Amino acid sequence: MIPASIARQRPPDGRLLVIDEQGVITHRARADLATLVRADDLVIANDAATLPASLAGVHLPTGGVVEVRLAGRDSLSPGEVTRFTAVVFGAGDFRTPTEHRPPPPALHPGDRLQLGPLRATVLAVLGHPRLIEVRFENPVAEIWEGLARHGRPIQYAYVPDPLAIWDTWTRIASQPVAFEAPSAGFILDWALIDLLRARGAAFATLTHAAGISSTGDAGLDRLLPLDEPYYIPASTARLIDACRDRGGRVIAIGTTVVRALEHAARADGSVRPGAGTATQRIGPDTSLRCVDAIVSGTHEPGTSHYDLLAAFQDGDVLRRMEHDADGCGYRTHEFGDSVFLTRSRMRRLKDPVLALAPRSDRKSDGDRYAIAEDPYGGLCCVQCHSRTWANRHEFPLL
Amino acid sequence: MSEEHQQALRVAITGGTSGLGLALVRELEERGAVVAFIARNREGVERVARDRPGAFGIVGDVSRKEDTHPLAIQVLGALGGLDVLVNNASSLGPVPLVPLADTDCEDVELALATNLVGPFRLTKALLGSLAASAREGRHPLVVNVSSDAAVTAYPGWGAYGASKAALHHLSRIWNEELASEGIQIISVDPGDMDTPLHARAVPDADRSTLRRPEAAAREIADLITGTVRGATGPFVARESEVVQ
Repeated sequence: MIPASIARQRPPDGRLLVIDEQGVITHRARADLATLVRADDLVIANDAATLPASLAGVHLPTGGVVEVRLAGRDSLSPGEVTRFTAVVFGAGDFRTPTEHRPPPPALHPGDRLQLGPLRATVLAVLGHPRLIEVRFENPVAEIWEGLARHGRPIQYAYVPDPLAIWDTWTRIASQPVAFEAPSAGFILDWALIDLLRARGAAFATLTHAAGISSTGDAGLDRLLPLDEPYYIPASTARLIDACRDRGGRVIAIGTTVVRALEHAARADGSVRPGAGTATQRIGPDTSLRCVDAIVSGTHEPGTSHYDLLAAFQDGDVLRRMEHDADGCGYRTHEFGDSVFLTRSRMRRLKDPVLALAPRSDRKSDGDRYAIAEDPYGGLCCVQCHSRTWANRHEFPLL
Repeated sequence: MSEEHQQALRVAITGGTSGLGLALVRELEERGAVVAFIARNREGVERVARDRPGAFGIVGDVSRKEDTHPLAIQVLGALGGLDVLVNNASSLGPVPLVPLADTDCEDVELALATNLVGPFRLTKALLGSLAASAREGRHPLVVNVSSDAAVTAYPGWGAYGASKAALHHLSRIWNEELASEGIQIISVDPGDMDTPLHARAVPDADRSTLRRPEAAAREIADLITGTVRGATGPFVARESEVVQ
């Protein structure tokens, strides 16, 4: 696919490749997204704002020039911005493709880095010469000021002009915790959100610290995605319960939303609200518990984002998607075209699980249902195949 | 973050080192809010930060486009979210005041940049956080500090009055548009106050006839706490109800 090389979040000719639950592909305009959303659906987006996470500076022991790309963090707490996981490059900047960037000087625990106004110490080298744990030595307010003033958005060579920070913020950007833009959300603007509501659908958010998408090093890329902290508001968890109860679909805007929701999902598809850290990889063997459809950028085979799509549809459907997207000139990467991928009706849970019914339908704490995946890709009662949980059955095993 | 409804009110105030802005920093902090304040002058920010160690001082110029997102990042980094934005920083235009016919274009542009475009940009950059606040069941609010010069045609106040009139109208339109998101944008006129800005505009004013900024700050703080905490129910006041 052709990389989208202009930093435009909603190009007027943007396209949307749609795959329904039977794996049938249609081509739409990106502006048509709202028409694919039904009255009972719930659309969930990642409202993380993007940090300017690329920090140019010097490796003090050698005087060598480095670019430090912040890539991970243990917590979303605004006060805990001292320690980060980071990927380090040698001389140069985004104009050189990452796979051609020289390595940084040899990094050792205790090495000092001067990154503009920020002083940092290498705490550990994490199994790869480019991957480190780093600690800022400035007070917290100075760290925020240093990131805000000195940092640049992480960027790749296929966009030739330097990105401004506002190029990387979605319309709904809130907490600055993402290291790269949660770019599936570029499709949203406030008018579209109003339109979703006008159609009777609900809109909710979570906050997920989207990590970096590529390091230019195959060995390092295999470690992606790194662990990513997230926060799911209680209001969002409640909207998910309500959506499941009325038989609507949970539509995730972006892979980060899928990763957070599935990490927090219980067997019955409801999610635990609050803070967590997504550590899992999602791929062809993953049984999705919560998410029914994803809106995503186009992704290329071999990336963790592409693997995640394989939880929604089988390999042959994804190969047809690739073939169609290539043949029709779809553009890829963060400013590119989009896909709307519905979970396949062919996928089945390997083993029906026994779990609690949605809380609102429980007569008492003892009310339990056996759950299976229904023909439309949602979770249903194994006894009557209902998704509305209106009928109650006895399950002697429980 | 998990105790959604018990969190302190998170407030950002521009022009927070003198006059009404400083009085608001103090008033809202004393009412238990977590406050970030913004001003251009680093010494002024550090002075207020020493006086109010609980408040977060941020250096930046709202009239500069390049400062918008760095300011937003620092506000959100300090507060972890936002419930209230007070766009208080203002530019008088040319001082001493001169008739419009003698006002340089650049002075009009600067007044518009500070009093209209700056609040627009900062509000827009922080809108995602305000919408998140609304989705978590709070009642987020943007307070744009206006003036009776936005309504009455005072000779000599052309650049300032025109920019405040535009800000007032922007507030009204945006408030209508954001109703579906649960965000209120209001414009308030705090009246003629005994502040450094007023002293620059009217150096020989009889200060005893001017309001204390602390009195206006209490009134705006009442408005904010009443609205955001829902103490008085859904707030529906329009600008006319709070004009002096």
